[in-house]
Amino acid sequence: MRRRLTPYLLILPGGLWLLLFFVVPMVTMLSLSLQEGDVVSGYVLTGHWQTYVDAIAAYRTQLARSLIYGAIATLVLIAAAFPVAYWIAFHGGRRKATYLFLLLLPFFVSFVLRTISWRYILTDEGLLLGPLKDAGLLPPGFHVLGTPVAVIGGLIYNFLPFMVLPIYVALERIDPRVVEAARDLYAAPLVTFAKVVFPLALPGVFAGVLMTFVPASSDYVNSAVLGSSSTTMIGQVIQSQYLVSSNYPTASALSFTLMAVLLIGVFAYARALGTDAVMRVSER
Amino acid sequence: MNRRSYLQMAGLSGLGAALSACGVKGQGSPAASAPAAGEVAKFWAGRTSNGTVNFANWPLYMADGHPQLKKFTEATGVQVRYQEVIQEMGPWFAKVQPQLKAGQDIGYDLMVITNGIQFKQFKDAGYLAPLDHSKLSNYAANAGPAYTQETFDPGNVYSVPWTSGITGIAYDQARTGRPITKLADLWDPAFKGKVGMFADTQELGNFAMLALGIAPGRSTPEDWKKAAAKLKEQKNKGLVRSYYEQNYVDALGKGEVWITQAWSGDIFQKNVSDGTDLTFVIPEDGGTIWTDNFAIPVTARNPLDAIKLIDYFYQVDVAASLAEYINFVCPVPGAQDRIAQDAAKDASLRAVAQSPLVFPGPADYAKLHYYREFATTAEHQEYQAIFEPIVLG
Repeated sequence: MRRRLTPYLLILPGGLWLLLFFVVPMVTMLSLSLQEGDVVSGYVLTGHWQTYVDAIAAYRTQLARSLIYGAIATLVLIAAAFPVAYWIAFHGGRRKATYLFLLLLPFFVSFVLRTISWRYILTDEGLLLGPLKDAGLLPPGFHVLGTPVAVIGGLIYNFLPFMVLPIYVALERIDPRVVEAARDLYAAPLVTFAKVVFPLALPGVFAGVLMTFVPASSDYVNSAVLGSSSTTMIGQVIQSQYLVSSNYPTASALSFTLMAVLLIGVFAYARALGTDAVMRVSER
Repeated sequence: MNRRSYLQMAGLSGLGAALSACGVKGQGSPAASAPAAGEVAKFWAGRTSNGTVNFANWPLYMADGHPQLKKFTEATGVQVRYQEVIQEMGPWFAKVQPQLKAGQDIGYDLMVITNGIQFKQFKDAGYLAPLDHSKLSNYAANAGPAYTQETFDPGNVYSVPWTSGITGIAYDQARTGRPITKLADLWDPAFKGKVGMFADTQELGNFAMLALGIAPGRSTPEDWKKAAAKLKEQKNKGLVRSYYEQNYVDALGKGEVWITQAWSGDIFQKNVSDGTDLTFVIPEDGGTIWTDNFAIPVTARNPLDAIKLIDYFYQVDVAASLAEYINFVCPVPGAQDRIAQDAAKDASLRAVAQSPLVFPGPADYAKLHYYREFATTAEHQEYQAIFEPIVLG
């Protein structure tokens, strides 16, 4: 009896936590998204699905923009993170832990502060652009802040470790003898990488994409701090609908729409990559 | 029916029950403005002083060390716990609304809230305690007449002003190369990409309406559409760098914008603290005036101590010492003479005593417009729907 109960007892603390702080708010939000009314006279559940239609019609640009920014950031992250993870995994030697620690070091500073400090570097006449403008290399009106480049750059910066770490874990587990075997069989270094190392690292890439694309697409801090009104992301719209307009149903409906789009995207991606890769991630 | 499908059914009906259980109920009736005299008596009956006040205010609204509060404690023995927890009205309302709705204490006996949409929401939902004016003798004696008849709370039933402020234009003349005088300067192509506007839809819409010669306080939905078109033109021509909240001060200081919508006291404080040389003007074709107000949440534990503190701030010398620091519009006209006396000892205060931004004269007030009061939520939502797409492009 005791033995049969053990797994349930083990799952209890985490399960209760999720029930309380994930399931309950989700149900509340789903309910809110289908209610009509206003803050003062109250909201009534009417099953008003039209809110979804109206919200998507009004903010489809921001929704699409968020997914595009998230996708670009994720692709750049894969390209940027893979060499870093590769180098640490295969050439890090005894200092691997140190390098990983250095990678995480910026995380000891609040990420809002780190994003704001980017403003000081990128501002129109700041550290970076000021000297370039003085030297006549850039026109005086040139600016980076307020453009998509600044926002996507901020996303890449803030999510880099979330891509490096899973890829590193995947690479780290590759048996060096597999790579040696490929060389023994006369595979060129590039072929070894393409046919042996990269496929074995795919579960890491998949985990990295999950950990970066989803939060990057729904992020609102980078766009709020580094962007302008032409870079508004869906997270900002949701925040504004909830906190500025007190329009709870629209905010909830947009949240669910975003979640649905991301879930469909992730499942489609898992499908395309083959469930095998996903299963190997979950085995770890 | 096998076990799994039974569980599914149970799960679904549980979900349905949960869905219907969490409807958000409202309180009070909309547009309940002046309460019956009995309501004031009912709220205040049997209240006793508990010797403590929890005061929620905005940042930079009192000098470090809170000298005024220390004096209050010395004079009355009432301890004040002062917290700078209000940054924006929307989030503040969203934060305390669930507790107020449940009739619970929000942890504060006194809060400073701006006139506008959330003020109306607080008031209409019945979240504000009606003030007992028999306990506000300093206020009755010293408040400027303009501040006793503001449209958002006629008769000061639920609120009295903490301070007012002017929304105008701030600019950096070293960059604009010329003085700024009128609203049309915000639409000047010479400042392409260097214009800052406010993200707040009321502030934003107000300036477009004033530029079109429309008084915001009496505007109609037709006027709003015209104003929105003017703002879209400004945005589509690439004039606007961004729509700012409080961070506009920083953007102006760094030269990201050269000319921007601005709040009066901020620019004074920025110049003092960072040595910048920024100028604030009330545009000749009009600016707006807003008021941040003391209000007591209906669930406050120590309302008697709170109202005592409100009235204390209407002592002329207290109002003067506060205005000397914050430099927003002082609701106590008598404080001007007091600051002029202090200026004899401290020359830097002379500018404050003479500043039309702290003590606007009749000519200044004539240029200042009040906000549009929304009669119904539907009207407010219509307004939001017109201006929101400009900010959230």
